[in-house]
Amino acid sequence: MFTATITLSLLAIIFGLILGYAAIRFKIDSDPVVDQIDAILPQTQCGQCSYPGCRPYAEAISSGEADINRCPPGGESTIQALADLLGVDAKPLDPEAGEVKPEKLVAVIDEQTCIGCTLCIQACPVDAILGAAKQMHTIIGPECTGCELCLPPCPVDCILMVPVKTDANHWKWPFPNPDAGLHEAQR
Amino acid sequence: MNSVNRKLWKYNGGLHLEDHKTCSNQMESRELPMPKRLTIPMQQHIGEAAHPIVKVGDKVLKGEMIAESSARVSAPIHAPTSGTIVEIAPMPMPHPAALDAVTIILESDGLDQWCELHPIENYRHVSSDELRDRIRDAGIVGLGGAGFPSYIKLDPGQHFAIETLILNGAECEPYITCDDRLMRERPEAILDGARIMRHALHAKRCIIAIEDNKPEAFAALERAQSQSGQADIELVLVPTLYPTGGERQLIKVLTGKEVPSQGRTLDIGIISHNVTTAATIADAVIDGIPLINRMITVTGESITTPQNIRAPIGAPIEALLDFAGRENGVETQLVMGGPMMGISLNSASLPVIKTSNCFMLQPKQPTVPESPCIRCGECAVVCPAELLPQQLYWHSRAREFEKVQDYNLFDCIECGCCSYVCPSNIPLVHYYRFAKTEVWAQEREKEAANIARMRHEHRQARQEKAELEKQERMRKKKAALKDKEKGGTDDAAKKAAIKAAMDRAKAKREANQNPEAAAPTDVPSQEAAATETQPATIPESTSKSES
Ligand code: SF4
Ligand code: SF4
Ligand code: SF4
Repeated sequence: MFTATITLSLLAIIFGLILGYAAIRFKIDSDPVVDQIDAILPQTQCGQCSYPGCRPYAEAISSGEADINRCPPGGESTIQALADLLGVDAKPLDPEAGEVKPEKLVAVIDEQTCIGCTLCIQACPVDAILGAAKQMHTIIGPECTGCELCLPPCPVDCILMVPVKTDANHWKWPFPNPDAGLHEAQR
Repeated sequence: MNSVNRKLWKYNGGLHLEDHKTCSNQMESRELPMPKRLTIPMQQHIGEAAHPIVKVGDKVLKGEMIAESSARVSAPIHAPTSGTIVEIAPMPMPHPAALDAVTIILESDGLDQWCELHPIENYRHVSSDELRDRIRDAGIVGLGGAGFPSYIKLDPGQHFAIETLILNGAECEPYITCDDRLMRERPEAILDGARIMRHALHAKRCIIAIEDNKPEAFAALERAQSQSGQADIELVLVPTLYPTGGERQLIKVLTGKEVPSQGRTLDIGIISHNVTTAATIADAVIDGIPLINRMITVTGESITTPQNIRAPIGAPIEALLDFAGRENGVETQLVMGGPMMGISLNSASLPVIKTSNCFMLQPKQPTVPESPCIRCGECAVVCPAELLPQQLYWHSRAREFEKVQDYNLFDCIECGCCSYVCPSNIPLVHYYRFAKTEVWAQEREKEAANIARMRHEHRQARQEKAELEKQERMRKKKAALKDKEKGGTDDAAKKAAIKAAMDRAKAKREANQNPEAAAPTDVPSQEAAATETQPATIPESTSKSES
């Protein structure tokens, strides 16, 4: 009885030390749940969720402060992925946050009208705008997330949102129409 | 060498289809008269589109390069005849959604005048790299319908030793006979191409596989091989079964080996190319001729005389249909490719592209609506990739893209066997194509999101740094201001020091008036004055440099 108590206590102490050491040695600085949520969010950084960017929204979801249905650019698939990750039910997008856009838009600057004020550069969360004071500005198309944050600051309204043109490498087969049945070519 | 005693293997499933080949393969192929205008899209292959290197108004010669790309997976494009570039603009291309691609319009001058060609005298004396460069510069892509740049499939890298080069002459899809005709009409070119590729790959052996419904093609190649006096290429007849022409299926039949799921044929030491690609490679290397035309089967119930036509890239499809004769009076459906894997096109004014192996014109048939899956399992029985098509369908339909990948969606070769046998008329392949492009789109979005996150974080870090620097400047400014305030007390100290110095000077003067006492005290008292003034000057100089 006595030896058993001693052995168990010793074991408990040893494991306690190992665990304690491991907790310090392998400490993870950031919260893994926040990282996982952030990895699902589309990184548009548009703030439509009412948080100042995707990561702050991820933190708010993780702390239970915000619901999972506030990201319009992510749409249904993002809500579904968040629901799966957090083990909660998916729900429709909160209309207060905005609507899902039918297609991806990117910003373009009308270079004739641009006065080179740099205000849009300061607004762009992903540094997708190139330019300098009193020089014409331009947007690096592939880097633009379509967040529209550069629109309000522009004093001459020279930024337009245009749909991205689909080429063969980005085209998607549409969901089959069940009434059309078999592809004609295959019968 | 031929195939008489070769052991062959079998793959799972497959279909015995009515082949409809004799209607088009009996006739010698004919050359399409050069159309007045050629419409040449910049996207005729898998990968990056090429970029025009000519301008409107430029005169070009036949075979001259008119578009190129620096991307690895891409292919340059050449002028199929001599003439003038009259337009460069986005126009619809032969594609399931008739998407636009930048297109060069070339107006023929009727002279068909060649540019200077650079034949390679003896390919055996040339390095693999030089051969690959030549094949790339000739714009050659897989001509069996895939359109993957051929030079990449001739570049296994240092880590792979190529055991076998397979030339695929199976041509298993019904109706299509362009490879068959080419094997009969230009067997020497195919054998030359095979030898060039074998040389480039340092492959130990080379097999040309032909389905046994093409005995004439087999005989032609055999004859050409014996005439060439070399017996270095093995000709093999394989049983006719759809889809034996699938790369993995043919490898299984010939070698019994399976390509690992989502792996490459390279992983098991095998490379395969289409026979028409081989002939085109021979032309590019031996004669210096780039890919500017190809053999195309024009067939179907609504074509008067189904046949094979040699047509330049960019010719309007309707020119080919008219050349072969169209039955009038019926509403028709145009298909590029064969009945199993082809895509419907909604306009015959679209151009011929490098991957157009067949145009089929059929009377329009009513479509049958899809019924629910009854889980009969027929699809799994015929699937040559040993997949579970009904599961793939189920998850694709539910947009469960992770699950559908667990069922190896990307091993599906879109052969259409499953849809063909499905009693519920479910367009299964369409669902798989939908799911595949969705998965690719998700991957692209993920990548874009990662880049955006990185750019955003960099920006935030930069802003934080700028903010810190600003705060630091503010802090220093404040400190400087404080120092200045403190400067008041400094002044008092200074005054005190000055006063002390003046007192000492006075004492000195007094002492000078008394010469006996002056000499010993003179120097030390000066030193003392200097050390005394120092503390007063140091704070002042530092506060100056700070502000
Ligand atoms: S360019 Fe405009 S729309 Fe595009 S990411 Fe920057 S701020 Fe957003
Ligand atoms: S053949 Fe059609 S009905 Fe039968 S299991 Fe496959 S998908 Fe379902
Ligand atoms: S289309 Fe795909 S799933 Fe259907 S039989 Fe062919 S390989 Fe199998």
